[in-house]
Amino acid sequence: MSSFLLRGGLVVGPVTSQVADVLVVDGRIVAVDAEIAAPSGCEVVDASGCWVGPGFVDLHTHLREPGREEAETIESGALAGAVGGYTALVAMPNTEPALDNVALVSYVLDRGVRTPLDIAVAGAITQGRRGENLAPLAEMAELGVRLFSDDGTGVQDPSLMRRALTYARPLGVRLAQHCEDELLAAGGSMNEGAVSGRLGLVGRPALAEELMVLRDIELVALTGGAVHFMHLSTARSLHLVREAQQRGLPISFEVAPHHFTLDETCCEGFDPIFKVHPPLRPRADVDALREALRTGAVETVASDHAPHAPELKDLPFDEAPAGMLGLEYAASLTCEALGVDPDAHVFFSVLSREPARIAQLRHVDSRVRHSGHGGAVIEGEHANLVVFDPLATWTARNEDLHSRASNSPYDGRSMTGRVRATLAKGELVVSGGVLV
Amino acid sequence: MIDSIRGQNLLTLNDLSRDAIVEVLDTAESFVEVNRRTIKKVPALKGRVVASLFFEESTRTRLSFETAAKRLSADVLSLAVASSSVKKGESLRDTIATIDALGIDAVVLRHQSSGAALQVSRYVPHVRVINAGDGLHQHPTQGLLDAFTVRQVLSERAGINAADSGAELFDGLRVLIVGDIRHSRVARSDIAAYSSLGCEVRVAAPGTLLPADVENWPVRVVNDFDEALEWADVVGLLRLQRERGSGSFVPSLGEFTRSFGLTLERTQRLRPTAIVMHPGPMNRGVEIDSRVADLPCAVIERQVSNGVPIRMAVLYLTVAGSNEGVV
Repeated sequence: MSSFLLRGGLVVGPVTSQVADVLVVDGRIVAVDAEIAAPSGCEVVDASGCWVGPGFVDLHTHLREPGREEAETIESGALAGAVGGYTALVAMPNTEPALDNVALVSYVLDRGVRTPLDIAVAGAITQGRRGENLAPLAEMAELGVRLFSDDGTGVQDPSLMRRALTYARPLGVRLAQHCEDELLAAGGSMNEGAVSGRLGLVGRPALAEELMVLRDIELVALTGGAVHFMHLSTARSLHLVREAQQRGLPISFEVAPHHFTLDETCCEGFDPIFKVHPPLRPRADVDALREALRTGAVETVASDHAPHAPELKDLPFDEAPAGMLGLEYAASLTCEALGVDPDAHVFFSVLSREPARIAQLRHVDSRVRHSGHGGAVIEGEHANLVVFDPLATWTARNEDLHSRASNSPYDGRSMTGRVRATLAKGELVVSGGVLV
Repeated sequence: MIDSIRGQNLLTLNDLSRDAIVEVLDTAESFVEVNRRTIKKVPALKGRVVASLFFEESTRTRLSFETAAKRLSADVLSLAVASSSVKKGESLRDTIATIDALGIDAVVLRHQSSGAALQVSRYVPHVRVINAGDGLHQHPTQGLLDAFTVRQVLSERAGINAADSGAELFDGLRVLIVGDIRHSRVARSDIAAYSSLGCEVRVAAPGTLLPADVENWPVRVVNDFDEALEWADVVGLLRLQRERGSGSFVPSLGEFTRSFGLTLERTQRLRPTAIVMHPGPMNRGVEIDSRVADLPCAVIERQVSNGVPIRMAVLYLTVAGSNEGVV
């Protein structure tokens, strides 16, 4: 195979960091030391001034294949992820048809193997994501699926959610829940508040999210099944979930970059690019999420990368689909939110180590054919690594996106911190910030 | 804040200053006279093309706009949605691009989605866009014609020339808006216009028909509708938007009428000088008793008539953008 030497970066471990060279040979880290001499034929990557850490793991990617290949494919999504510093993605099952059986999950896994990244799959909790009958969770778990979700919407029926948790528990899998009570959200298209009333847009109240968070915390307590709360967007949701974690309940959670960078006033121009579920919230919630990130109170950041074909984002606001791109900017936005002098340990914890633990991607799983992610940068580990320059400043441009879609809300925005190189499955996929 | 709509789009009344509104009202006054002539036409927009795109059913607003455009000598392109490619799945952007390719100066747009007019204005920045009602958001010309009607009635009573009165007749005027505020674009435009002009605005509605964020609006919510009727100089009734599902926001139409309908009995409470308004189309027997609609204090038909000069003024100011060639 091949060898790479990451030269002179700050190698960020789970606890301590040190400036060192990292030598990768045939897919594994073979040495981490000061001043390693490059073996012949080895490609040297300059990592000076950069952080070197485990490649990012996204718990929440919509790859759209099968069914919506005009918006994204497994291949294009993987490349977008690589540019964003990701080495593993968890593909959401709200494709057309939904990933609710072994055949469809196998299809995505097979396609994923051919991409430069490791692609894991979240299976649907219910058949067709219709929220009526359980999907074959055990069969999919047998195939290596470790997360299940009806994302797009949450499981609305509390009795069904209870059953799903009870069924999932002995399988050792986790249910990832999109928390919004759709009846309370009432078909709304933005946050219910000062802006929605003025704009004449039906609002989705924060309570629609918080009530389901509260419900599922208690269902976890009742059943012992594990839940991952997706894209929490309010201060209160965060508080409820953190409190539940302190009770020792098997709960994990993520926040999405758009919820800690954009607020509800973005919707004032009726541009459907800013339409997302849960919706962009008031400034106070955005600030609370940023503060939580800075203080290490956020467990994971997930992109909720949701590509949509341009014609769908040209519809009127209330008719347009919800969701925005996220993979290529998530790390930079996280770095920025961590403030001046960002904490590298928190950075790799929220983007790599904790997501890898939750998705059970730390160790090799031959059934799903993936390598290990989110580990320490030490000899013997799989070479899924990212070189990230925390001081780089640059401007996001839609024309530079690798995704097939272009529904990014960040066109023209100044960014802080940039992926310089991504090594995935032992190969250099991104170098100098661009695809190799 | 916009101080004049000359050469601008008219998408919402939220960002119009008092001066901008008064300018429209004054311009409309000059067009009232045109509508009384035997030959009801001026050459102000001769050679200009106004496209009228109604994606949602409407009779009075559409007729009113098209009449206004014709009286200004503009050519009118009229797109009926039923016969358009929208039914074949064409996007709003493509429909607008197609009309634009024919060569137009202005689009009058009615759409069922809030924000549609603003979105269209981004697709065709060289064309003036006039919002003729977008979802629950705004209906600017209705807000303007309501203010125009109020000023007209009050100036006649005072024996002064409306065009010379500026905004003074609105100063401290007590306006009560009643009914389905939540689902009403008319309410949003009326409230913006009346409060910019200096009125004191109160609203009366069942809790479910108030917007969720009403505390941020420049209005006071009244608890006692009957008491508020005694207070008001102007009572603006709203159509209960049953087609937008408002029916399920109240237990029954009968209960709504008993609580917030302007019944003949309730009119006893009105001040002798009070003006009763309704943007139409009325649900007679729901928000307004049939007999009340026909009382002298009700100026509902006058609102309809005033739609034409207001829309002439709006088309003229936004499209021509200057005073040259008027009348």
